[in-house]
Amino acid sequence: MKPILTAEKAVENIKDGSSLMVSGFMGCGNAFTLIDALVNKGTKNINLITSDTAYPDVGVGRLICQCRAATLTASHIGTNPVSGQKMNCGELKVTLVPQGTLAERMRAKGAGLGGVLTPTGIGTAVEEGKQKLSLGGKDYLLELPLGADFAFIKAEVADKYGNAFLPGSTKNMAVSMAMAADYVILEAGKIVEPGELDPEKVTIPGVFISAIVQSTLPAANLQLKP
Amino acid sequence: MDPKELKRERLIKRIAQELPDGSLVNLGIGMPTMVANYIPKDRTILLHSENGFTGLGPAAQKGGENPSIVNAGGQPVTILPGGAFFDSAMSFAIIRGGHVDYTVLGALEVDMEGNLANYMIPGKMVPGMGGAMDLVVGAKNVIVAMEHVNKNGAPKILKKCSLPLTAKGEVDLIVTDMAFIRVTKKGLVLEEIAEGTTVEEVVKATEAPLHISGKLGTF
Repeated sequence: MKPILTAEKAVENIKDGSSLMVSGFMGCGNAFTLIDALVNKGTKNINLITSDTAYPDVGVGRLICQCRAATLTASHIGTNPVSGQKMNCGELKVTLVPQGTLAERMRAKGAGLGGVLTPTGIGTAVEEGKQKLSLGGKDYLLELPLGADFAFIKAEVADKYGNAFLPGSTKNMAVSMAMAADYVILEAGKIVEPGELDPEKVTIPGVFISAIVQSTLPAANLQLKP
Repeated sequence: MDPKELKRERLIKRIAQELPDGSLVNLGIGMPTMVANYIPKDRTILLHSENGFTGLGPAAQKGGENPSIVNAGGQPVTILPGGAFFDSAMSFAIIRGGHVDYTVLGALEVDMEGNLANYMIPGKMVPGMGGAMDLVVGAKNVIVAMEHVNKNGAPKILKKCSLPLTAKGEVDLIVTDMAFIRVTKKGLVLEEIAEGTTVEEVVKATEAPLHISGKLGTF
């Protein structure tokens, strides 16, 4: 069984300078309760790893807008103009990584692999400083595993062993991040007894989860046109 | 419809005709997304959304949005019968592994070697590549959908891209409001021109040299 903590308790050990993976795609699947607790705690200089920085003041975007991150590793920052402004004035050090490479580097970390060979980025700025290998007449970049101290994952349902069901397109980076981070905090809409979550419906096996937090904030990622 | 809209609709329709029945297709944000509205009725195309599903359907009805189902632009959408959800590692395995038949995306610049620049303007616009680099490298066929010239009227089809590349030598087709151009080993071949456009106008608006197809058509 995994510890069931309050959001405040779960984020307690995230210190200034910690590295943190936040799952979600344009806010879809962000752990809103955990992000809120971290913002309230006032932690700074986080090394943030995320697919994108959502929108200003939505989900993971709040960690950017409220100046909580020192570095950012992401594939897309275009929907949150504050990320670009902070990057341009030197306040935020940004490393842009192709989305598939980002997922695969984290998966490699969690899967015990020494890296991945990908054709993505060959002939572009992405290949700078990386080892290139030619295999079977095709060029590949060696991309190294990517881990983190902490990860925030959002599930709809979790059992007390940490087995989690993530609906629809909220899965995105969650599986790779849960594998890659040292301490994985699972925010769940509903926490159930072992046996109540069908093992066939488990998106992330509980083995990767460190602690579970009951979600208290609703998903707020939808950018609805008026 | 104003002439600009009409031209844009024509190019989107032309791209839709290019997608064979049963193919798996990823449409980029903006103009490429509209291709979905013009798929010929007798064809079934499966759309891939890189944030994690196949069977991408239309935008969600107002009031019926599901916060767990959004497209790659973050907009609430629907999933069609026959669709499937998966995580990013799987989604990009589908892309990089060559299982996506066609990707349609916009461009800032494209050149005669099939090089594509569409993800940044240094010092000006740096949104990041998102999934574009993986898509262009991995999809079997890469179609660029764009205006033939930029806002200032300068060519976007160049001898050599000047902006940072998204991918090298991966573009197969360039479809614009003026022309349908295939990228081949011997260079760019003008296969079709848009109705109301002349070959001279296309050549003048293109920096890269064009081979004119012997069977030049119109669309």
